[in-house]
Amino acid sequence: MTEIFGIPLQAFMSQILLGLVNGSFYAMLSLGLAVIFGLLNIVNFAHGTFYMLGAFGAWLLLTYAGLSYWWALVLSPICVGVIGVVVEKTMLRWLYKLDHLYGLLLTFGLALVLEGLFRQQFGVSGQPYQVPDLLKGATNLGFMFLPNYRAFVVVASIVVCLATWYVIEKTKLGAYLRAGTENPKLVQAFGVNVPRMITLTYGFGVALAGFAGVLAAPILQVNPLMGSNIIIVVFAVVVIGGMGSILGSILTGLGLGVIEGLTKVFYPEASSTVVFVIMAIVLLVRPAGLFGKEK
Amino acid sequence: MAAADKAVLEIRDLHAYYGESHILHGVNLTVREGEVVTLLGRNGAGRTTTLKSILGLVGERRGSIRIHGTEVLGMATHKVAHLGLGYCPEERGIFSSLTAEENLLMPPPVGKAGAGMSVDEIYAMFPNLKERRNSQGTRLSGGEQQMLAMARILRTGANILLLDEITEGLAPVIVQTLGRVIGQLKERGYTIVLVEQNFRFAAPLADRHYVMEHGRIAETFAASELEAKMDMLHEYLGV
Repeated sequence: MTEIFGIPLQAFMSQILLGLVNGSFYAMLSLGLAVIFGLLNIVNFAHGTFYMLGAFGAWLLLTYAGLSYWWALVLSPICVGVIGVVVEKTMLRWLYKLDHLYGLLLTFGLALVLEGLFRQQFGVSGQPYQVPDLLKGATNLGFMFLPNYRAFVVVASIVVCLATWYVIEKTKLGAYLRAGTENPKLVQAFGVNVPRMITLTYGFGVALAGFAGVLAAPILQVNPLMGSNIIIVVFAVVVIGGMGSILGSILTGLGLGVIEGLTKVFYPEASSTVVFVIMAIVLLVRPAGLFGKEK
Repeated sequence: MAAADKAVLEIRDLHAYYGESHILHGVNLTVREGEVVTLLGRNGAGRTTTLKSILGLVGERRGSIRIHGTEVLGMATHKVAHLGLGYCPEERGIFSSLTAEENLLMPPPVGKAGAGMSVDEIYAMFPNLKERRNSQGTRLSGGEQQMLAMARILRTGANILLLDEITEGLAPVIVQTLGRVIGQLKERGYTIVLVEQNFRFAAPLADRHYVMEHGRIAETFAASELEAKMDMLHEYLGV
């Protein structure tokens, strides 16, 4: 059997794939966080909770409405986005004039409350969610078996991330968003409805987290704690990539997922800490992050 | 002509605050359609704050500001802009994450449909901007950035222009160009409020002058009275 550095190719490749799958979730979550932080100046600690809500949305839609995975993939992020819009309009709106810290505290509290409610209702053992029929099974690539669903997750997340990047960097709507990130008052003085743009941006950012949650449901099970499990790593990803860079957060997310996967192959004990070690090094060498701009 | 007497901007007893500090103490100011009016005064006299107050970019405001007869106190900033205002801030406000052309195209139309200049017209007026349209906005020279800041509000169809210190720190040749532009805009019937330090630049362009001091209007006079008022102006402006 082929080996790479003494590791069977099969194991090597499947860890890379696993890393890419995790990296896809990191990328989608850190992208949303970066967009929200850019325009709202809020460190959205509830981001993981919206990811969890996305997964629960899929499970609830299936269990109580009989709607398939594909419906959930569309409906659940929309519902999460709507919840985000309500949160922005009723709570976050009042904090923009205050220090970042208040937004962080509010969203952290919100995360604890929502997570607590779901724990109370559904317990912590997790609800199973089936891989959709269309994507069951695996494809034999010759050197490894590629589980179809995982391949789909990676492709779907890359497509969504690149589409987001394109809209922000290359369209008129994105120009509003970039300009609003720099100087929201001036953009509003030009006649753009900046408060509405802020609301929709928050809604979109958390909908992206919800979408990631639906993608994760068949892989990780649907668990009230899934949000807090991932969010700490995602914040480390954001710190490494640098707040505010769109492409930076996508690449950093995917890259760190792969690095985590590779660490599992070569030194499994370090796999859950490697991201934080990298974060510490990046903070020492480039405090603004790999893709961030020094302020 | 009746239209020429119509006040497009009418400020009555305006008080404005930044947090605790009381900046404007009862400003009264009227600008008629097609007029070019200057706000003269020293730094800190409240000229920039007056412009910002019109758009709701300060803290609390009291008094009255009417644009075409519509009261704008309590109106959201973006809605005020849609009454046909074009604002050129003192710091120019060119966005660094946008190219020069994206900066130019960013402000949405605020006037009647088709009222603004086309991009071609603007590039004819400011040829430098066409050459540098793909550069990052803040990589442009100071003069180019100022032209861009002017150009982008001409595209929107705004017919009331609030221009804050547009000649500050620019080379004489660029100041001349801007003077020509203001002259052309005046001919086209734009209503313009110029906050200026550079009196030589403003004097030949303006119909009337307001002198501000300590957050109030200290003097108002027409361009024709300029000669007689020079001594007084020197005193207020300290030039």
